[in-house]
Amino acid sequence: MSAMADKEAIENAKVLMVGAGGIGCELLKTLVLTGFKHIHVIDMDTIEVSNLNRQFLFRKRHVGQSKAQVAREAVLRFRPDVDIVAHHANVKSPQFGVGYFQQFNLVLNGLDNLDARRHVNRLCLAADVPLVESGTTGYLGQVTVHMKGTTECYECQPKPAPKTYPVCTITSTPSKPVHCIVWAKDLPFLKLFGDKSLSNDLDVRSSGADSSVEQEEASFFDVQDGESSKAYAARVFDRLFGQNIDIALKNEGAWKERRKPTPLYLDSIWTSEEKYDERADHGSENGHENGSVQEEKPKDDGAALSAMTGLGLKNPQEIWSVKDNARVFLETVRLFLDNRKEELGRLTFDKDDQLAVEFVTAAANLRANSFGIPMQTMFDVKGIAGNIIHAIATTNAIVAGLIVLEALKLLGKDRGASRMTYCLEHASRKLLLMPCEMDVPNPKCYVCSQTPLVLEVNTKTVTLRDVVNKIARKKLGASFPTIMQGYNVLCETGDDIDKHSAAIYEAKLDTKLDALTPVPLVNGVEITIEDLQQEFSCIVHVKHREDFSEEEDDQMRLGGLELLTATTTVVAKDTDVALKATVDVHAASLDEDLVMIDGENAPVVKRKLEERQEPSQKRLKT
Amino acid sequence: MAEPTSGLLTEQEAAVYDRQIRVWGVDAQRRLSKARVLVVGIYGVIAEACKNLVLAGIGSLTLMDDTPVTLDAAASNFLVYVDEIQNQGKSVAQVCADAVGDYNPMVRVQVQQGNILEKPIEFLDDYDVVILGRSSLSLRKKVNALCRSRPQRVAFYAVDVRSSCGNLFIDFQTCTFKSQKKDDDKELEYSKKTCSLEESLSVRWNSLPKRASKLFFATRIVDEFEQRENRQPGQLTSSDLPALIAFGTERLQEQGLAMVPAIESLLTKIAENGTFELSPVCAIMGGVLGQEVLKLLSCKGEPIQNYFFFDASDGKGMIEEVTP
Ligand SMILES: [Zn+2]
Repeated sequence: MSAMADKEAIENAKVLMVGAGGIGCELLKTLVLTGFKHIHVIDMDTIEVSNLNRQFLFRKRHVGQSKAQVAREAVLRFRPDVDIVAHHANVKSPQFGVGYFQQFNLVLNGLDNLDARRHVNRLCLAADVPLVESGTTGYLGQVTVHMKGTTECYECQPKPAPKTYPVCTITSTPSKPVHCIVWAKDLPFLKLFGDKSLSNDLDVRSSGADSSVEQEEASFFDVQDGESSKAYAARVFDRLFGQNIDIALKNEGAWKERRKPTPLYLDSIWTSEEKYDERADHGSENGHENGSVQEEKPKDDGAALSAMTGLGLKNPQEIWSVKDNARVFLETVRLFLDNRKEELGRLTFDKDDQLAVEFVTAAANLRANSFGIPMQTMFDVKGIAGNIIHAIATTNAIVAGLIVLEALKLLGKDRGASRMTYCLEHASRKLLLMPCEMDVPNPKCYVCSQTPLVLEVNTKTVTLRDVVNKIARKKLGASFPTIMQGYNVLCETGDDIDKHSAAIYEAKLDTKLDALTPVPLVNGVEITIEDLQQEFSCIVHVKHREDFSEEEDDQMRLGGLELLTATTTVVAKDTDVALKATVDVHAASLDEDLVMIDGENAPVVKRKLEERQEPSQKRLKT
Repeated sequence: MAEPTSGLLTEQEAAVYDRQIRVWGVDAQRRLSKARVLVVGIYGVIAEACKNLVLAGIGSLTLMDDTPVTLDAAASNFLVYVDEIQNQGKSVAQVCADAVGDYNPMVRVQVQQGNILEKPIEFLDDYDVVILGRSSLSLRKKVNALCRSRPQRVAFYAVDVRSSCGNLFIDFQTCTFKSQKKDDDKELEYSKKTCSLEESLSVRWNSLPKRASKLFFATRIVDEFEQRENRQPGQLTSSDLPALIAFGTERLQEQGLAMVPAIESLLTKIAENGTFELSPVCAIMGGVLGQEVLKLLSCKGEPIQNYFFFDASDGKGMIEEVTP
C-alpha cells in the first residue's frame, strides 16, 4: 500500500463530503470505517421514501428529516469517536466560500446535479483542494480525480447538453414514445394548467400561423363562462387529439413518407350505449367488462390526488386501453379544475405530483395511439417525464469504495497514483472496474485555464437580464454573477449588495445591450463575468449578430474563440433536416436552449452514457 | 426457483423499490422477494453484502456466526453498534441480524446457530444461495460440495478481503438469465454453467492466459500455505513471509510457472496485514458480490463466471474464468 496514506495521515485529515444521498451514505460509512475522523457533510435535501432502497443510513421514520443530520447520527452508532459536522444547507450558499473550502485536505462529491458539481469544482480550484468526483446510474458508475494544474478539472470537457428533440418532431411528427411524453408535459400540461406564456404552440409552429389563429389558440384553453369542468375537459380533448390531427393531415406533403396519424374524437371512443355524457360518470373499462356500466362514481376523497384510483385502475405497471386513457385524461382535467383551482396558471410538471403524472401519461398515450406509437405504462412515463435516475445500492457502494481509495492515494501524496475508474455493467477485456489515467488540464478550459469566450448576440434585442440569467448563470454556472466592462460594474448579484446599488443594477437589467450606459455592449466590446464566491472569472468577447435561426430564440450563442472568425451558415427554415442540423450545432456549442426535457439530473445521466463508450479510447493503465 | 407470482407489488414495495425497479423490472423484484440467502462467517465484506441484499428486498437472510461480539468484530463491520459490545454474550450473527434487519422490514432476517458442517444435510434445502465469508480452503470445498449435492440448485459464493485485495469465487451451477448485451439490443434469454471449486482448482496454472489476474495465484498460494501450516485463515504475519514465498515459488514451478515480483508483492501485502480488511475494498467486493447474487436470484443480467478479483494497488476489478 505504498501509494496509500498511513494511519496518522488518515486520522489527521479533514475532508468535506458534498451530498449525503445514494453515494453519500455509502461514502460516509466507508470513510469512518477506514479511519477518517474529521468530516463535514453538506446536503440540502430531506429524506424521501424512494431513497430507502439504497440510502441505508435512513429509515422510514426519518422521512422528511435532513439527510446530512440523520446520516451523521446513524454513523456515530458504530463509530462514536468520529467528529462529523452536518450542514443541512445548499453547498452554493455563501457560508461555504473559498475560506471554508481551504480548511479541508480533500473534497469528495456525491452529488446528483450538474450545477452543484460545477460550483464545487470552482471552489476546489480556488481553494486549491483536490476533488474526487463521482456519479452512478443503474450498474454504471465513475470516479474522477481533479487536482488543480495536474489533472483536468470537472469542466475541462464540455458537458453534453441534455437530450433534445427538434421542435417539429414534438409538435408534428412524433415517432417514439418519448416524443409524445415530452409533448404532453411541455405542451398540453402547460397550456391547461401552467403559465401559458411558457408553453410552445400546440399544433402548428408560429411561422405557419397567422395572428388570428394565434389569438384563437391563446383563448381556446381558457375555461369559458359557465362551462363545467367536464365540458371543458371534453372540448379540450377533441381539440388536442382530434382537430389538431385533422389540421395536420391537411398538410399532405408531410405524410408522403410517413404513416398518417388518426384523429381521435371522444364520440368515437365510447360504444353507442356508453356515449360520453357530461352528466354520467364512467367506471374503468376493467370495471364493466360485461358491458354493464357500473354506478361507481369516481371519488374525490383522498384530496383529489389521483384519477386512476377513482377509475379502478390500480396497476401503474399496466398499459391502459385507449378508453381508459381517455377516462384518465378527462378525469385528471376535471380534478385539476375543480380541486386545485388556486394552483392553475402556475403549475409546473413535478414527478411527485400523482395527478400531473396521470395526466401526462394519458395525454402521451392518446397521442401515441394516434401516431401508431406504442403506449406506455404510467410507471415508465413517470420515469421518462421526471428524468428519474435509475439507482441501486451496489453501484453506489462500489463507487464510494473507489472514492475512498482515491482519497487514500491523495493523502499519500503520490499524485501520479490517482486514477479515474469506470464501473461497467458488462466487463470490457475482463475488467468490471476499469482504471484509466486522468487527462491533463485542457488549455482551452474557460474555468481552470481562463480562456476567453465569445458571445454571439443580437445586441439590439437582447437585454442585460438575458445575459445575466441565460449566459452568466445557466451557461457559465455562476451562482452570484458580476458583470464588468473594464472598471464599470454593469451588474452585481448576491446577498451582500446594499439596497442602493441593487436598485441601480436592477434598473439596468431590462435595457438592451446596445443602449447600456456608460458603455454600450456592442460588437467588439469585452466583458468580464465573475463569481466572487467561486473566484471564477471569465472574459467574454461580444460579437453582434442578427441572423439567428428561429430555433435560437434567445438570439444568443456562446462559444470559444473560433466563433470570432467562423462564418455562420444560414439554416434553411421549416424542414426537418434543417431543424436537426440546428440542434446539432446547439449541442456542439454547449447550447441548451432547445432542451425540452430539463430535469436537473439529465445532464449527468447523459454524461455517463457518453462515457460508457469512452473507456476503449482512454489509455488503460497497466 | 419458483416462478414469480402474478399480482401487484404492495404499495410499500412500489414506493421503496421504485428506483431499482427502473433498473431490473417488476418480475425481477418479485423473484427477489422469494429468495432465501444463507450467510456463514461475518466479516466486513459480508456486512457489506448483507446490507446490499437486504436493501434490494430479498425474501430472507439467515446469518450464521456464533463468535461472541467484540471490539475486533466492529473494526470493519458497520453492523456492529458499539453499545452492543457491552451486551455480553450476543453472537456476531445476532448483533448483525438486529442491525441489518432494521434496514428493511420487508425482509425476514434471522440467525442460525451452530456449525454448517454439523447440520443435517437437508438444512441447505431451505436456501437458494449460500455465501461463505473468510474460510479455510477445505471448508470452502466441503460447503461447495454440499450445495452441489442438493436436489434443488443451491448457489455457492465464497468471498474474502485480505488487506487491499479481494477475491470472490462463484459456483451457481446453472443459470438462465435475461440480458441486454448492448443498450439498444433486445433482451434475450441466455444460460451459463459453472464448475465446482474442486474442479476449478484442478486446472493447471500454466494453461491460464498470460494476463490472468496475479491475485488468482497469490490467493491459491496463501490458501494452500495456511492449510499446510494449520493456520486459521488470515493468521499470518511478516515472519511467515520467507516460508510463504518459498512455498509459492515451489507451487508455481510445479504448475509450470515462475515466481514474479507482482505475485511476491501480493504475498507480502497479504502476509504482513494478517486479518486486516481494508474497508473501501470491502465496499467494492461486497458490492460486486451483492450484485452477482441479485442477478442470479432475479434471472436478470449476465452473471460473472467464476472468479472476481480486486486489487487496490492497480485499481482493477477483474473477472477470471478458470474451468477445466
Ligand atoms: Zn478545466
